[in-house]
Amino acid sequence: MTDYTELTTRDAYGRVLADLAGEDPRIMVLDADLSRSVMTKYFARAFPERFFQCGLAEQNMISIAAGLASCGKIPFASTFAVFASSRCFDQVRMSVAQPAANVKIVATHGGITVGEDGSSHQAIEDLALYCSLPNFTVIAPSDAIETVEAIKAAIAVNGPFYVRLGRSKTPVIYTGGCKFKLGKADVLAEGRDATIMATGIMVSKSLEAANSLKLSGVHCRVLNMSTIKPIDKQAIIAAAVDTGAVVTAEEHLLHGGLGSIVARVLSENMPVPLVSIGIDDTYCHSGKPDELLEMNGLTASGIAAAVRNIVAKKNKSYT
Amino acid sequence: MVKYNINELEGIARKLRRHVIDMISTAGSGHPGGSLSAADIVTALYFDILKHDATNPHWPDRDRFILSKGHAAPVLYAALAECGYFPLEWLTTLRKTGTCLQGHTDSLLTPGVDVSAGSLGQGLSIGIGMALAARLDNRDYHTYVLLGDGECDEGQVWEAAMFAPNYKLDNLTAIVDFNALQLDGFTRDIMDLEPFMAKWAAFKWEVIEINGHDMQQIISAIQRAGTVKGRPTVIIAHTIKGKGVSFMENNVDWHGKAPDKSETEIALRELS
Repeated sequence: MTDYTELTTRDAYGRVLADLAGEDPRIMVLDADLSRSVMTKYFARAFPERFFQCGLAEQNMISIAAGLASCGKIPFASTFAVFASSRCFDQVRMSVAQPAANVKIVATHGGITVGEDGSSHQAIEDLALYCSLPNFTVIAPSDAIETVEAIKAAIAVNGPFYVRLGRSKTPVIYTGGCKFKLGKADVLAEGRDATIMATGIMVSKSLEAANSLKLSGVHCRVLNMSTIKPIDKQAIIAAAVDTGAVVTAEEHLLHGGLGSIVARVLSENMPVPLVSIGIDDTYCHSGKPDELLEMNGLTASGIAAAVRNIVAKKNKSYT
Repeated sequence: MVKYNINELEGIARKLRRHVIDMISTAGSGHPGGSLSAADIVTALYFDILKHDATNPHWPDRDRFILSKGHAAPVLYAALAECGYFPLEWLTTLRKTGTCLQGHTDSLLTPGVDVSAGSLGQGLSIGIGMALAARLDNRDYHTYVLLGDGECDEGQVWEAAMFAPNYKLDNLTAIVDFNALQLDGFTRDIMDLEPFMAKWAAFKWEVIEINGHDMQQIISAIQRAGTVKGRPTVIIAHTIKGKGVSFMENNVDWHGKAPDKSETEIALRELS
């Protein structure tokens, strides 16, 4: 088996599909002329008879996947997150979501860390769109190891999945292995002052923020919210009860993503001060991924500053 | 399976048309025109061509039928009920709260319905997925997709039209119910599709043109499609929207409107 540790999330995806497909003949891959970028090329090489090149036709690709699923196959349809979400949304809605088809849509190049390609290629709405669809499970893994577990879960559980992966290499969080549980937040650090809830690439930055805060005596719980739908309500409520303040972080628009979902859970169950870090109602531009993250406050220091503010607010509201 | 002769099939088609009028009239809304134009094609498929079993809707070797023009759901429901997929009494529950017969087809609710449709243009692609699965599993079922001519405005239809010949899907047949009308008017005025046959031929499909109300022609064309090797077949079936009801025929007003009580009586009399 492949050692996934040093891989990008998209590379881990491509490798694990090829690794698992030998044992599971139900696994199919559909491509829209991007197999060398979304890394389904490994599968294509190993299982050409189960690899369907659709050309640049994402709408057709999604509905074909639904047809395959209705005959007992487990189709993986992959393209960039921008195209996988907005380009074929009606096909996803009618061919996949409504009939609860067993289609796995795994999108790479999520978020602004696509970088230099600019706004046309930066998916910042995809989580909101997919979380809006009944029957869908939505996951944004935090590293390559968790990606592998998320793909295994997508195969094991019947129904539509959207898995959002990135383009660039991300720090490995689960060096010692990952006990991924679908729909469950993973507690990566403990603390009583505030909780940072993050998804995707923002998880490693949240850990970094928590470590730096610890030096100044602020102790945070860090939750990896890799499953965004269904959201782990219990973990959110417990965090609010235990720590009294929440910061969310995501590489996505503030509207409709993790922050919005957490806000709803908190306000309905256990209202506590909340700050959401994300992209604030704007499109981004070309640039180096780190510079773009910096411009949008999606950094460890940005998260740390938000935590300090919210802890102060929490303490003020208690006096 | 019982083998019906042409006369009997024409009788079944008339019966389906009566159901359509009755259902839409009872529901108070629906799309009579496109159901009536497709009635002979649907009859030929369900009562002569398709390998299917109403007592086993999920039989893996059944032929697949996709009503891509999902607004013609009433005629499909009528056929399924007459085949025994569900009781005839269900038909008059069409579109009512709690019904298994939704305004447009819903694969989760109706026995015998494999595909949810209603957002036009998706059925041919789904059919491709089913045809690919048949090939992978070495199953000899055939997949039939019924499209509307207005539906062919949708770009996805042509994405699918490009894909199927590239994969040499000779276990897939598309039938276009070419009734020449869409919601806003005649298709030639809304978005001229011509040269329609040449378009499909240019996309490397086997193309057959028929009168979509001639039962013998429909059956012969579908049988011929089954013998074509190495590429999919499209049957362009020229039909009349509202076929069988004088005041609905070729009248755009009957795309999506229910007949009132007296109109229903006249229609049912004409279809008796």
